[in-house]
Amino acid sequence: MGTLRVMTAQPLQVGDNVVIEREHLEHLLQSLFSRGYEVIGPTRREGAIVYDHLKSTEDLPAGWSDEQAGGKYRLKPRKDSALFGYVVGPHSWKKFLYPALQRLWHAARNGKGLLILPEEENGRPKYAFVGVRACELHGIAIQDKVFLDGQFVDPNYKSRRENLFLVAVNCGQAGGNCFCVSMKTGPKAVSGYDVALTELLHDGRHYFLAEVGTARGAEVLEAVPHQPASDADRQQAGRLLDETARHMGRKLDTRGIKELLYRNYEHPQWDAVAERCLSCANCTMVCPTCFCTTVEDVTDLTGGHAERWRRWDSCFTVDFSYIHGGSVRATPRSRYRQWMTHKLATWIDQFGVSGCVGCGRCITWCPVGIDITVETGAIRASDLVRAPADQSRELP
Amino acid sequence: MATMLEQPEVLSAGLVPDPMLPMSYRIQRVRQETDDTFTLELLPEDSGERFSFAPGQFNMLYVFGVGEVPISISSDPDDAPMLKHTTRVVGTVTKAMRKLKHGETIGIRGPFGTHWPVEEAAGRDVVIVAGGIGLAPLRPALYRLMAEREKYRKIVLLYGTRTPEDMLYRHELEQWRGKFDLQIEVTVDRAASSWRGNVGVVTTMIPRAPFDPSNTFAMVCGPEVMMRFTVMELLKRGVVPERTYLSAERNMKCGIGFCGHCQYGPTFVCKDGPVFAFPRIASIIGKSEI
Amino acid sequence: MIHTLEPILREHPFFQGMPDTYIQLIAGCSMNVRFEAGHVIFREGDPADQFYLIREGLVSLQLVVPHDGLTTVMTVGNGEVLGWSWLFPPYRWHFDARAQQPTHALAFDGKCLRAKCDEDHSLGYEIYKRFMQIVTERLESTRLQLLDMYGNHA
Repeated sequence: MGTLRVMTAQPLQVGDNVVIEREHLEHLLQSLFSRGYEVIGPTRREGAIVYDHLKSTEDLPAGWSDEQAGGKYRLKPRKDSALFGYVVGPHSWKKFLYPALQRLWHAARNGKGLLILPEEENGRPKYAFVGVRACELHGIAIQDKVFLDGQFVDPNYKSRRENLFLVAVNCGQAGGNCFCVSMKTGPKAVSGYDVALTELLHDGRHYFLAEVGTARGAEVLEAVPHQPASDADRQQAGRLLDETARHMGRKLDTRGIKELLYRNYEHPQWDAVAERCLSCANCTMVCPTCFCTTVEDVTDLTGGHAERWRRWDSCFTVDFSYIHGGSVRATPRSRYRQWMTHKLATWIDQFGVSGCVGCGRCITWCPVGIDITVETGAIRASDLVRAPADQSRELP
Repeated sequence: MATMLEQPEVLSAGLVPDPMLPMSYRIQRVRQETDDTFTLELLPEDSGERFSFAPGQFNMLYVFGVGEVPISISSDPDDAPMLKHTTRVVGTVTKAMRKLKHGETIGIRGPFGTHWPVEEAAGRDVVIVAGGIGLAPLRPALYRLMAEREKYRKIVLLYGTRTPEDMLYRHELEQWRGKFDLQIEVTVDRAASSWRGNVGVVTTMIPRAPFDPSNTFAMVCGPEVMMRFTVMELLKRGVVPERTYLSAERNMKCGIGFCGHCQYGPTFVCKDGPVFAFPRIASIIGKSEI
Repeated sequence: MIHTLEPILREHPFFQGMPDTYIQLIAGCSMNVRFEAGHVIFREGDPADQFYLIREGLVSLQLVVPHDGLTTVMTVGNGEVLGWSWLFPPYRWHFDARAQQPTHALAFDGKCLRAKCDEDHSLGYEIYKRFMQIVTERLESTRLQLLDMYGNHA
């Protein structure tokens, strides 16, 4: 039990670094609860680490880690009691910002007309996410581009996003399927958070280096016992992140990747992956940036009351591209190609950034272990149409 | 280039304009055009409605409790807020839509999408090639052209359908022929011997149509195969690809670029289209299962 | 001696690039013809010894189909060439050809030209090359017609 440190006289500013002892982390959650936030964070359930409501730091998966490979996910106990000693699980934060099932509106018939009824207030929650990884910060920023930066704005996403408090956590270990370094999305959280934590356990100490990202973050941290961070603390955190960056499970060569995929629409690798892909849509469900949805219009038995619901959809379903009489993408080959080309190439033309953050979830949760880094590598290795600069290369 | 036209402000509970909320429109008239195609004529429930659209844009039409489909607007933009939508019965929603009667309500969201940039045709010959129901999204462009006829040189409409009975707007076509110095050539894929007109695919009329390819603006709409071969013939004659426009079609659930269904290569047909200048989609048109 | 139809042939895209001596020769085998609306120009099964260049008008190619009756499969209009069966054995028409409107055309003596092509293979090459182009264009359009592009496939 540590002594309660006196808080510094000066209020915290954006960019400040402080140290928070493990036993004081609970104050962070309390500070959030007192401001009316619903705190969402990682917790252990059914053999996985998922994102759900937290009531206290007791709900965090202390002392657990995860082992991930193609089509494989296992939890295993750690030798220490780290609260964030794992990477990412099957959930991504889109579950809360863009729910899998959402009613858009409901309406009643009045006479021959249509009366739209307003949605209730509690459809606009106030969330605090605790434990957001660097790759996930990028994932959220990418979905911001889709739902907030275009010609139209999604009002549900906008209100959830505006109310959101983000506590990022820098990864102290790299996962077996991680490649954030290749995608330049991690392992360090550099922006987009209110507070960023780096968990440090060494020499009998267990503490967090906290970085203040916003004025809101400063305000919340004021209520948490803390002391200024020393250079040694900062260096310790820096070394940890360098270690993480050196141990990425995967690599993806992103040089000219858009043009590479655009000129290889007929590459035989698509046939090879089609033989294994089950079109199960797991990858799209776990991917933090996949945003496709469908709309369902339903009515009650009397026909007097109707509702419009939005739910997550996947480009892997046969009827995703259905248009009078048939699907444009009738074969699994074309649907896998659509997903991967969208994620790594056409996304760049649409939104100015890659759609992939290198979290590796699609590799972990694919029942047959299809690996987007391997598939891209295979196409690059036997590129059908050489880019002009590569004409000197010999054919394999 | 898409233009952000006046969107009627339908507000959600959060007081943010919600593009997923439909507006109420009343059916004034249902007109059977061919055995499987019909036109709805609509007026907004709220007579103060300021709806306006550009030729080529579409609305999402909602049948209460059944569902929503994207349908091109096929009325005269100058008659807005009156709207006409011509559609074929192809699925659950259009089947239910066909059963609606005068006085009943339909939900409208829109207008969405890019438009036929008729303003770029000023001072040029205009060639319009329509196939089947493809004439419906082109009709608003034709109204625009005729409203300012003196701005354009020759205007040629080439229209192909399956049979003579499948032709849309026959009466109107006859009127335009006479009134507006508009050359209209129609052809059918097959016909009984009582048909005295052209038989053959619409592309066969392109080589001898009277327009100057070096100064032509072209608009094409119809089944994808027809559009592909039509553009090929137009380019063969020397029409400039940048002045050749097509209207594409894909599955749509939202019409506003969120649901992802309408993606066509790197484009979203609902917001980067449906009207495309040919160079934009030249590399993907005709590619299988894109 | 310059045949009065020579300038017309020289101008026509179909004969573009053809050496002058051949144009003269072909002009020598041609004449102006007119058909009234409804006139049957040739019938399925008749000997195919001519071909036509439609100057103005519209001609339908028709077949009698059991149950459907007389069906038009294609029309040939202004500036288009009608008939290639004169080039290939058994030199018989495969369709009826009926003028839909008053039609003004140039008729060419196919029998005579066939003989000349046998004698002068260069002439043959010029003729067959051009007709091959027509045949491929018609084949492509026919294939598009077969696709039933406007059909309701739902």
